[in-house]
Amino acid sequence: MEQYNQGNLVVSSSPHIFDNVDTSNIMRDVIIALIPAFIMSGVIFGMRAIALTIVCAAACVIFEALYNYILKKENTVSDLSAVVTGVLLAFNLPASLPFWMAIIGCFVAIVIVKQLFGGIGQNFVNPAITARIVLLISFATPMTTWPLPKKYLGMVDAVTGPTPLGVIAMGSDDLPSKMDMFLGFIGGSLGETSTIALLIGGIYLIVRKVIEPTIPVAFIATVFVFAIATGNDPIFHLCAGGVILGAFFMATDYTTSPLTTKGKIIFGIGCGLLTMIIRLYGSYPEGVSYAILLMNILTPHIDNLTRTNVYGGVKNE
Amino acid sequence: MNKLDLLKNGIIKENPVLVLLLGTCPTLAVTTTAINGLGMGVSTMAVLICSNIVISILKNIIPDKVRIPCYIVVIAGFVTLVSFLLQAYAPEVNESLGLFIPLIVVNCIILGRAEMFANKNKVIDAAFDGLGMGLGFTLALFIMGSVREILGSGAWMGIVLTANLIEPMSIFMLAPGAFFTFGCLVAFINYITKGRAIKKKEMGCEGCPTAAACAKIEEGGCE
Repeated sequence: MEQYNQGNLVVSSSPHIFDNVDTSNIMRDVIIALIPAFIMSGVIFGMRAIALTIVCAAACVIFEALYNYILKKENTVSDLSAVVTGVLLAFNLPASLPFWMAIIGCFVAIVIVKQLFGGIGQNFVNPAITARIVLLISFATPMTTWPLPKKYLGMVDAVTGPTPLGVIAMGSDDLPSKMDMFLGFIGGSLGETSTIALLIGGIYLIVRKVIEPTIPVAFIATVFVFAIATGNDPIFHLCAGGVILGAFFMATDYTTSPLTTKGKIIFGIGCGLLTMIIRLYGSYPEGVSYAILLMNILTPHIDNLTRTNVYGGVKNE
Repeated sequence: MNKLDLLKNGIIKENPVLVLLLGTCPTLAVTTTAINGLGMGVSTMAVLICSNIVISILKNIIPDKVRIPCYIVVIAGFVTLVSFLLQAYAPEVNESLGLFIPLIVVNCIILGRAEMFANKNKVIDAAFDGLGMGLGFTLALFIMGSVREILGSGAWMGIVLTANLIEPMSIFMLAPGAFFTFGCLVAFINYITKGRAIKKKEMGCEGCPTAAACAKIEEGGCE
């Protein structure tokens, strides 16, 4: 905004409210909100999970800096969005994934999904989700080999097992206890298992007004209701898999979610429905990432359908 | 235009796949390996050269009103010929290309060249145009197939390159990888020709497949 300083007087055009909310502050809050889950991932899966998260964050920052440098664009590393993308991507990967595969994922997220479409605020789908899906399709075996939590293994970390959703998909009922699922001592992507840590982070974001609770509430409520309606355990479906991580941290991405409250409710319900449909009737055990990706693509249409009238404006015919 | 220009035209400046964006269906569907891309490209090139020659010979005999059915009959004849030849001498390629060999009949590159070039040029020119366009198509498919085979299965022309040590990215064998490779190649061609490759405007309305249904034809063409 243009400003003219005339001694003690500041002359500027409206709006006159100044706030320190900018991209890097928002992203800093998101990073703070991700710290509990980050610590829990270390507790649950050991140093490998911490190392993978750091590698992903660093790779994303480096790709962003390199892209900006090669294309002679303004360096956008300092807005911290690349760090958030990297951490979120790592949270969606199994802790045992080879580093080079994770780095390919970072390339997809930052260069292909984000920068090629114009950088921050221009991507049409969530970079971390898309990168996860690209990796899942490309490297099916390593991406679905879930290391078991340390708690069950002593110090051996070479043993793997299915996620609770995988157990269900295989028709078994050898499920972990509710408490283990709530705390996160289950197989799964390294950042998605600990429901309690993600809830703390999510509530922090809502309190800091970084995200509105609309999408997470609609998403989680839909999963809950759908599980009850189809005779499944609703608590199980919330704590197993990536619903909480997806609802608070992925589906609420500003760029790829609708602007209006009505649109956000539709978006959240759509995510929840697709997640449960894929989980219960699809061939994949988990569907959060596909659900969010599909709803990301529908976002412009939802925005069009829920466009509000300008105050005092004439209703469109 | 001399013969060499006609030949070069199809390879870069008017590359049927990467510049005119014709024939994308076989380009995306069959290029899972370099050898498939090559097989499809050569088959299409053979049909293209032959149909260009015949249509150029018959250009004064074919009545204007029924020219499209006539071209299709000529093209379909050569496709049947190529199909039988493949079945006899390259059964493996024929197997992996499958339905896409008969579908060369409706390949819009061949019909496009008949309509744009062969029916108003001399026989020799038409043959060279077919050769150039066919080479461009083959080259594009071969490069697509090579990239996808190397990244998607760690091999090239059936020879394993990575000694199975590195897991290949199987997404390149699927449709998303095909679109990604295609996009990168189009961008690359645009980069090396510095955007000077043929524009829609230069192609003119007679070369445009949607000319019949286009509202801008009275305004003298596209922007």
